[in-house]
Amino acid sequence: MPVETAPARLVYKRPESLADVPNHYCPGCGHGIIHKLLAQCIDDLGIRETTVLVAPVGCSVLAYNYLRVDGCEAAHGRAPAVATGIKRVHPDRIVISYQGDGDLLAIGTAETIHTANRGERITVVFVNNAIYGMTGGQMAPTSLQAQKTKTSPYGRNPNDVGFPIRACELLNTLEAPVFIERCAVNSVKNVLRTKKALMKGLRNQVDGRGYSFIEVLSMCPTGWGLEPREAAAWIDSDMIPFFSLGNLRDR
Amino acid sequence: MSRGRPEINRERCKGCTLCVGACPEKIIAMSKDQFNRQGLPFAVCFDESRCTACMSCAIICPDSAITVLRFAAASGE
Amino acid sequence: MERINDGTPVLWKGNEVIGEAAIIAGCRFYFGYPITPQNELPAYMALRLPKVGGTFIQAESEIAAINMVFGASAAGARVMTSSSSPGVSLKMEGISYLSGAELPAVVVNMMRGGPGLGNIAGAQGDYFQAVKGGGHGDYRCIVLAPSSVQELADLTVRAFDLADRYRMVVILLGDGFIGQMSEPIIMPKPSGQSFDKSAWTLTGAKGRDTHIIASMRLNPEDALEKLNLQLQAKYRDVAGREVLWEETEAADAEFLLAGFGLSARICRSAVSALRKEGIRAGLFRPITLWPFPEGALAKAAKSTKKLLVVEMNAGQMVEDVRLAVGSAVPVDFLGALGGITPGVDAIVERIRSYAR
Repeated sequence: MPVETAPARLVYKRPESLADVPNHYCPGCGHGIIHKLLAQCIDDLGIRETTVLVAPVGCSVLAYNYLRVDGCEAAHGRAPAVATGIKRVHPDRIVISYQGDGDLLAIGTAETIHTANRGERITVVFVNNAIYGMTGGQMAPTSLQAQKTKTSPYGRNPNDVGFPIRACELLNTLEAPVFIERCAVNSVKNVLRTKKALMKGLRNQVDGRGYSFIEVLSMCPTGWGLEPREAAAWIDSDMIPFFSLGNLRDR
Repeated sequence: MSRGRPEINRERCKGCTLCVGACPEKIIAMSKDQFNRQGLPFAVCFDESRCTACMSCAIICPDSAITVLRFAAASGE
Repeated sequence: MERINDGTPVLWKGNEVIGEAAIIAGCRFYFGYPITPQNELPAYMALRLPKVGGTFIQAESEIAAINMVFGASAAGARVMTSSSSPGVSLKMEGISYLSGAELPAVVVNMMRGGPGLGNIAGAQGDYFQAVKGGGHGDYRCIVLAPSSVQELADLTVRAFDLADRYRMVVILLGDGFIGQMSEPIIMPKPSGQSFDKSAWTLTGAKGRDTHIIASMRLNPEDALEKLNLQLQAKYRDVAGREVLWEETEAADAEFLLAGFGLSARICRSAVSALRKEGIRAGLFRPITLWPFPEGALAKAAKSTKKLLVVEMNAGQMVEDVRLAVGSAVPVDFLGALGGITPGVDAIVERIRSYAR
């Protein structure tokens, strides 16, 4: 009996909240995966019509074109402040601040810390790919020791410019946040864990519980000069030893 | 006995090969001598009979280019 | 503190009346950061807003504050921030973004001596910054220049209506002295104007297409050109409708003083003194610095012998005065720098020297 006549069920498809359009991200870029996971969470929680997404400056500056929710631009680094303004006006809407490593840990460090410190009831998604992708591959606050980038061509030298910053651990010194977790999207197992963390971070907002922070280690094949599968492997071999995966806080 | 199959949208596929690496059965490969309208090779499941419908390919795909069908169990199994 | 709002004049401090007038205008969100000489305003908002169901946040910086304004405005609220010169410099990127995204907002600048850290005395050195655009790109803000505590109150209420009507940033350009002064005023009433923002605000895409608030226009190639043309058309519309100025004894004036805010107030005293001496002096006081009342100024200047522009800076509004009157009438300038106020006597003596 031919296999084709067996009744079949669609068990995985594009989530409804993800726009049915091609995205501009490089082949193998983690943003596509993370957008998809966010869309799945928004579908699962039924919050597409009450969510507002604040996009950063960076490769994902057009994130609001890919997620079918109200979208807001923000100046570089200022997404948490913009998100604060939106959430204070509409406390019952779900506000997501989606940011990269330059946005969150360089220019936006003050907004990152103070939004967390005030315990703004938002969900911050931090896409950590250890590089500045959109501007062509410069060093990021999370670039690793000895990592070669356009502005650290001889490798990041800690004697000169210090070490990478661990955002989760930094925010874990603050009283207010209710959820802090680091995950990755370089393997199926890690992608599934990332989805769980994003669900928790969004459900916290639905339940009005406080500030949630999810850091996601993400591939930047173009910036790292690696093939996508090599980039996924580099996260395992080089990033995770410094940026450990796991939950730091879950109140 | 196949438990399902992936449907890969060749025009949405960017040829990133993450699905090739993710598939536990190793039944996905990039097309040879065939390219989509972007000029990129695309992923193809070359042996659907060994697909377990685990969804790994679809889960890892950054472009939501893959949907997965799971077959109902055949009678008697 | 109880205030009477029945039309009886009540003593109000400048910085605080801005807050009360904002609340009268329906503002329920204020984000700011301490900087002298406007600190009474955030303190007033911190006290009053919770009492009217509003939200006050002392942000981590003036940059954070203007970006909170961006978010709150995108969400549809009437929202205000305030600062003084160096802090307003920090807000320039945010003001450019607000302008490109066509978001309404009220930004209060109680100017102080500059440049740099300067001092904490009142000054007028931010005319260029407010009127010519301290931020990047082709945008305009409506700029209102109060010269009394009463005007601080009245123009604050007006500012929110202008901001909503035109989806623009309105800058209330005061100075440190006016902010500290207390004068008896009649509290303005709400204007009664309301604006439907439902076509564009971020409230969650329930039963409608998603809204996006952004100043970026990447595609197609001429998308940003189209936005800019739209903005320019809007600014022409504003310029045709919202110009405000005041003339004092200008109709028969031989010599015309021109100034804004506090320096105009000092000029008014000079006009009185000069008239007592038989010198026909008058005053032209722009209230909207943008749009600048160029037509009205040219008309008022035409029949005069000379203009004297008095400012608490090295010469900023005087450039727009010269543009407005052209070669029709000679324009002189008297400036006071570094937070010093120009003296009535110095102004009187300068006009006397023309008459001699």
